[in-house]
Formats: sequence, structure tokens, C-alpha cells
Amino acid sequence: MDRSVNLLDLALGFDEPSPLRGKVVLIEDCVETSGSFVLHQMMKRVLSPHSSDSLIFLAFARPFSHYDRVLRKLGCNLATQKTNNRLVFVDMLMMQCSDNESGVAKLFREIQGTVGKLRSVTNSNITVMVDDMSLLEIAAANSNSDHVLDFLHYCHTLTSESNCSVVTLNHEDIYSSMERPAYLLQMVCLADIVIKAEPLASGLANDVHGQLTVVNKGMISSKSGKGSSRNKLQNFQFRIKENGIEYFYPGCSRN
Amino acid sequence: MADSIFRKLRDGGEEGELAPALTIEETVASPFALDVSCYLLANLSSSILAGKSKSEGLVLVTFSRSPSFYLQFLKQKGIFVSSSSKWIRVLDCYTDPLGWIDQPSPGVITEGSSLIKLHKCVSDLKRLFSSIIEAGREMVGDGKTRFSVAIDSVNELLRHSSMPLVSGLLTDLRSHAQVSSLFWSLNTDLHQEKVTNALEYISTMKANLEPFCPSSDGKRNALENLFLVHQDFGKGQFHIRFKLRKGRVRVMSEEYHVDQTGINFSPISSVETIIAATKSLIPKVHFNLQLSEKERVEKEKVVLPFEHQDHGKSTEIYDGRRTLADGKTEATPLSSGELQADVVSSGKGGEIIYFRDSDDEHPDSDEDPDDDLDI
Repeated sequence: MDRSVNLLDLALGFDEPSPLRGKVVLIEDCVETSGSFVLHQMMKRVLSPHSSDSLIFLAFARPFSHYDRVLRKLGCNLATQKTNNRLVFVDMLMMQCSDNESGVAKLFREIQGTVGKLRSVTNSNITVMVDDMSLLEIAAANSNSDHVLDFLHYCHTLTSESNCSVVTLNHEDIYSSMERPAYLLQMVCLADIVIKAEPLASGLANDVHGQLTVVNKGMISSKSGKGSSRNKLQNFQFRIKENGIEYFYPGCSRN
Repeated sequence: MADSIFRKLRDGGEEGELAPALTIEETVASPFALDVSCYLLANLSSSILAGKSKSEGLVLVTFSRSPSFYLQFLKQKGIFVSSSSKWIRVLDCYTDPLGWIDQPSPGVITEGSSLIKLHKCVSDLKRLFSSIIEAGREMVGDGKTRFSVAIDSVNELLRHSSMPLVSGLLTDLRSHAQVSSLFWSLNTDLHQEKVTNALEYISTMKANLEPFCPSSDGKRNALENLFLVHQDFGKGQFHIRFKLRKGRVRVMSEEYHVDQTGINFSPISSVETIIAATKSLIPKVHFNLQLSEKERVEKEKVVLPFEHQDHGKSTEIYDGRRTLADGKTEATPLSSGELQADVVSSGKGGEIIYFRDSDDEHPDSDEDPDDDLDI
């Protein structure tokens, strides 16, 4: 199961090794269709026994026990990964952040320090995941979206300086009617890959729980000719099962 | 046509004039300003190294990518930059724009400390201006020798400073005697129209990237546009607008195609590409909105009431209930169609002369039939 590559993996370029290295991934979801499952799938990919990648997880939304339970059903033991130092779980619910610009600055410096420590022991990919940006804005940035954008910019520098990946989850519908729609757009512009989870146009269904649209902007690559995942848009549907997710094109039988 | 922008930047402005300035505009659905900047950067660098440019140096101010990204790109294009390179300086406003980091992280390039300078306070535009000029003078000296300035993106600048201040910085750079040419890029979806307009005013050239399928509904927001692009959205149109000295404006267009190695330009292939692209804008409904060829031919054949066909035969009035070939003896009940052949030939009696006053109206035409009334 682990070795098989599904539609989401293909869209993200997982038919090649470490496709997300040096990239920023933005997952957008809404009330009707939660995008958390994408985050869980990516966590499972990063912590797979076939790779030696590491994960720094900033949890603003739920405690460790929640993710542990979810990932266990997907076949991944977070407690073990924590012990192996492949997972650094930062429980932001417990942490107290000062609520001004220095709050996000301090948070970034801590992440940078952790990345540095991990980098000194491994050359594998390090992924920084944030669940989620809207709660980060409240907890660490005093509801100042500018500070959130500054924080994201600095996370972007990690992708080039330390060759990390950054994966963030954001609730699009909170901001879509804001007076400053540019905030959402800034995040989209910063991202190399945007994954949008939304309901079907026809509404709720038993067999299909929603659709994913993956926009892979890619970038100028130093590996000439390798990988064709630049400027691709893919759309497919999904069904959340007890122990995994099925992805399929509309109208096709599920693979 | 992209070549012509490069040539204008390479040749710089004339004595006593403000330096030519280019603004590259991208949107969320066509996010390739970085590729265009890299293209210009590579060409300018080559011409400076070959001694074919009016400027003898280039100051690159980076906001959206690290300096190493650009140096790596130049290396791919065969242009090697080392700490001893005297023709390029990089002002790094990407790594630590707000001074959050106390010391540089291990990954930052430390080779060639004069090649790359870390700039820590992007909101202080006066200091930024001085740093740019200082970097330029380090290469070319204080005299009359000039240098070009490339700012990879002004989006971050506009986030931290007001638009008038940013315009002021760009105008100051243009006015400086030693600045030969200047370019920057901007994402128009991230800013209000007045910001885009203000920057267009202070530039002599504007280049904008447009995907092949722009939205038919202008109200659709930029985010929706991104998800409505084609599956393979690395193609589109590249429009350039030159402001000539006498006030005239010249517009040129070509197609762009983006791949792993960067952006490529080609002349507009055919109208068909655009038509094919726009055809997809017609909503997909279950009924036919277009006429087929057969239907069009049949429609042409219909003879309208009151239209006489002068074939030399006796005049027939088509009342819509029978074909022209059918019987002509039966008197029609319609009051307007009473004209008989013998009445015409005798010259007496009523006559209806019908002139078709306009061409056949297209279906779904918005034309108001009362438009020609002279009230």
C-alpha cells in the first residue's frame, strides 16, 4: 500500500524522490470539505519507513493524541517517530506566544533552530507543517494578517536556505469575504503547489466526499529535462474511508 | 518582441533623460514574472560581459527569491558569478527583510562578502536607495559610468511601505545620473488598481502576462481564475507597451511558453489558437446555441412575406402557409396580401412595395429594434 502511488501522489510529483524538497505547499479547505486528510496523508508520506525524512509539526488546532489516533489508523505510529527524532511535535495549544510581531519572529527563530539541529544530523528532507494558519494568526500574530505573511515569507527562506519543505493548511472561506482578499492571494502566490479541497458542485454524496484541485506551479529547475510537473492543474475526486483515502477521476471506477 | 525590451534596457536612456524603466505585470493565473525577470537578467548579464551594453554593471535587488537562486540560474545559462566578479552586486532583501534573524543561518552564502549584501530593513526606503547606489558605485566608480538595476519584485516593498514611497524610490532611481535602466515586477492581483496605475505611470515600458483563457466575466475574482486555468497553463500571451518620447504608445504582442528551463517567446501562432481558447468560454448547455450549416442554408432560402421574387413570372405573395410553387389561384384571406397578378399588370389597385431595411438579425442580438426611431 505504501509503495503504490495514488492520484494525489502523482499530482504532487511523488513518482520522483523528494518532489517537495524546497517547495511551499498550501492546502486550502472550507467548512463543507475539510482538508485535514491531505495533511494526514502527507504526514504519513513524510514519516514512511521507506524514507528518512523528518517532520516538524506546529499544532494549533488539535492535541498530539488526535493526530496519533488518526495516523495510527493509516498505519503510522507517531509516538515511535517522536522517539526516533523523525518527528518534532510542537504543541502550540500548550505554548504561550506573545501577541505582537515578536511572537511570530520568536516562533520562526525556534523553527529555524530546530531545522538547524536536524540538519546537523541528517541530509534528508525536513518538512515543516502548520495546522493551521488561521489559528496561528490568532495565537501568535495577534490577528494581524501582515505578521502571518511575514512569518510565511521567512518559512519560504527555509526552503531555499535549508532545502526544507513547508506545508500549511488554511481555511479559505474565512478570508474570502474579507476586505483584504489580497491576503489569500499573497499566500497562493507564495506557494509552489496549491491543493484546494472543496465539495462537489452537486452537493453532498455518499460515495464521493469532495474534490481536490492541485495546481503545481513548479519553478525553473536546475535539473534540466527532469520532471514535467511544472504548470500543471489536476482535478479529481476523493472518498474518505476508515483506513485511507481513495482518489479517482469523475465518472471512473475507483483505483 | 521580448528582445526589444531587453535592447531598450541594454541601451539605456539618452543624456539628460530619466532612465528607461520596465514594469512586468503578472497575475495569479499567469505567475511568470519571475521567469521574465530571469530572462532579462541573463540577457543583460551577457551583454554587460560582452561589453555591448551602455551600463557596465548590474545591481540585483532580491525580494522574492534568494540570491543563490539567481546565481544558480545564471550558471545554468553559462554565466558564472564568483566573489571576484566586478560586474554584478546583489542586495539581499529576501533572507532577513525585517531583521528577525540575529545571525545568518548556515545555508547563507558567505563567499564574496561584497558580492551579496544582506539588507535587513526593507521598510526604510531611503536606506535601500543609498544601498543600491552604493552597490552600483562599488562596481563602476563615482564618475559617469552607469549601471542597471533589477528589482525582482516590488510586492513585498508595497506590503511594507506605502505606494507613494515606493514610487518615490523608483523615480529616484530613474533620476540618478548613473542608473542606466531599471526593471521590476508586480502581481496586479495583489494590489489595488491605483497602485498598478501609479507604477505604470513611472515606467516607460510595460509588459504583462495573460493566460490563454482570460475570464469572460470580469467580476470573477483572481483566485477563481487560478483554478479555472487550463490543465497545462504555462502558455499565454505576452503584451508589451512602449511609451515613446513624443507621447505615442506602441503595443506589441507575442506568445510565451514556460518550461523547466524558463520562459520562451514566439510570434503569435494563429488566430485559431485564440479562437480555440475562446470557444471554451461558451457555456456548455444541453441545447444548441449555434446554427448548423444545413440550418443556415435553409434559413437563407426562406422568403419573407412581402418579398417579391422578380423572375418574370406572375407575382406571388407568400403568405407563409404554402410554398411558392403551389397554387396561385386561391385568393388569400390576408388583407395585406390581396395583390393579384392581373391587378399589377393593369397598374390599378393597391400595391405593397417592400424593401428589406436591414440584414438578417443574428439570434441573441442585443440590438434594440426601436433604435432607429427618431423621437
